[in-house]
Amino acid sequence: MSDHIVKAYDEDLANLKTMLAQMGGLAEDHLAKAIEALAKRDTKLADYVIGQDEKIDALELQLEERAILTIAKRQPMARDLREIMVAIRIASDLERIGDLAKNIAKRSHAISEALPRKLATGLTRMGRLSLEQLKDVLDAYTTTDDAKALEVWRNDGELDALYNSIFRELLTYMMEDPRMIGPCTHLLFGAKNFERIGDHATNIAENIHYLVSGRPMREERPKKDTTSTTAFDSLNER
Amino acid sequence: MDTMIKTPVADSAPRIARERPLKIKARNVDVYYGEKHAINDLSIDIPDSAVSAFIGPSGCGKSTFLRSINRMNDTIPSCRVTGNIEIDGRDIYDRGLDVVQLRARIGMVFQKPNPFPKSIYENVAYGPRIHGFAKNKTDLEEIVVTSLKKAGLFEEVKDRLDHSGTSLSGGQQQRLCIARAIAVNPEVILMDEPCSALDPIATARIEELIDELRQNFCIVIVTHSMQQAARVSQLTAFFHLGNLVEVGDTDDIFTAPKDKRTQDYITGRFG
Repeated sequence: MSDHIVKAYDEDLANLKTMLAQMGGLAEDHLAKAIEALAKRDTKLADYVIGQDEKIDALELQLEERAILTIAKRQPMARDLREIMVAIRIASDLERIGDLAKNIAKRSHAISEALPRKLATGLTRMGRLSLEQLKDVLDAYTTTDDAKALEVWRNDGELDALYNSIFRELLTYMMEDPRMIGPCTHLLFGAKNFERIGDHATNIAENIHYLVSGRPMREERPKKDTTSTTAFDSLNER
Repeated sequence: MDTMIKTPVADSAPRIARERPLKIKARNVDVYYGEKHAINDLSIDIPDSAVSAFIGPSGCGKSTFLRSINRMNDTIPSCRVTGNIEIDGRDIYDRGLDVVQLRARIGMVFQKPNPFPKSIYENVAYGPRIHGFAKNKTDLEEIVVTSLKKAGLFEEVKDRLDHSGTSLSGGQQQRLCIARAIAVNPEVILMDEPCSALDPIATARIEELIDELRQNFCIVIVTHSMQQAARVSQLTAFFHLGNLVEVGDTDDIFTAPKDKRTQDYITGRFG
């Protein structure tokens, strides 16, 4: 797209993109480290992630301020307006992803000793999948690639399916041995966090589609999370 | 899939044009000033009871087209209009049509407020009187008061109706001109940058007024302020170099225009 007649306007928009890229980089890094902390029972790494989260929060505030200032000063229209709106929304998704990564890091403390390693493997697999989704959607944003965003959006079903199977697996463990209820609950929350991260990635994908096309995503979202009914089914089977 | 079905033309027309009755229909209109081709093969449907905004850079033909709607271009000797413009299905360039009657049906408000050098009362009373709209003095008085009220000016001037129209502030003068335009009970009101000489408060008053008037009139406004077009209109038409580039619902034009030229213009990218 050609430049604005007012050059400072281009700079304003470019600044927003840069800040969002920074936020994305941090969120990705924190999530990767949280997964590693979980997989390797590395409580030091977990603490690092917990301590770093406020960086993302600060960036979000900063981005919001700049975005509001840009709206006030430039009265953006059409794609410029979408660019700014989408930046605000994506920033809020990234901030949430940061929070979720931090929460996973916190839980890795509780999970670290009490659990046989193999139980955590499914969870780290889920984590890696959510990280992949985040990476792909951030790439799609940087290159404003609608097709790639759509791919991320469709892939979320896989993460939901994995969540369902982990959910069932953990339920079985808990039913077999009540002493496992504590640690398994932590794992369950961890799994839920990864699933939520996937949802935020699909939100970002939807925003990219809106940015590029000017229209909201039409199809029904690929929701395959069935755990809200699973518990009852399993209990009834007993 | 629904999107695969080829939609008929009527469905692709702007929503506002489908919801409201058609008031002005232009087909293949060309306007020339001597050798200069000012408007090139323009076709548009303008709905009733709505505000339609024409936007575009200077010299794009938006004012020229606006002036073709009440045949004001007739007064320019070198100007030639071809094609077809209909109001309520009647060809306004028909030889048998009385231009004076036509202009009584189509009010016009200009960039600079231009009240007559007469009293406030006379400014509004003049039109209804010469067109014989009032049976007697009481009748005329009522028309003047109602028009001033509709234009949102009455409260400010009710104690000095005999003062000169030119003694009012710019914003008040412009509202006086709008009162004068609506006094003859027109069907269409054309506005050529009605706020460009006004401060933001007076502008807001006029915009509020336009919003009220659209219930009963077909309003066409030419404006250089994109924000104003976005605020007051339901239909927006973008002109460029004598061509009508894009027409659409205002909500769509300012959030997701289809044509790159529209996008470039409204986002401030035109070189």
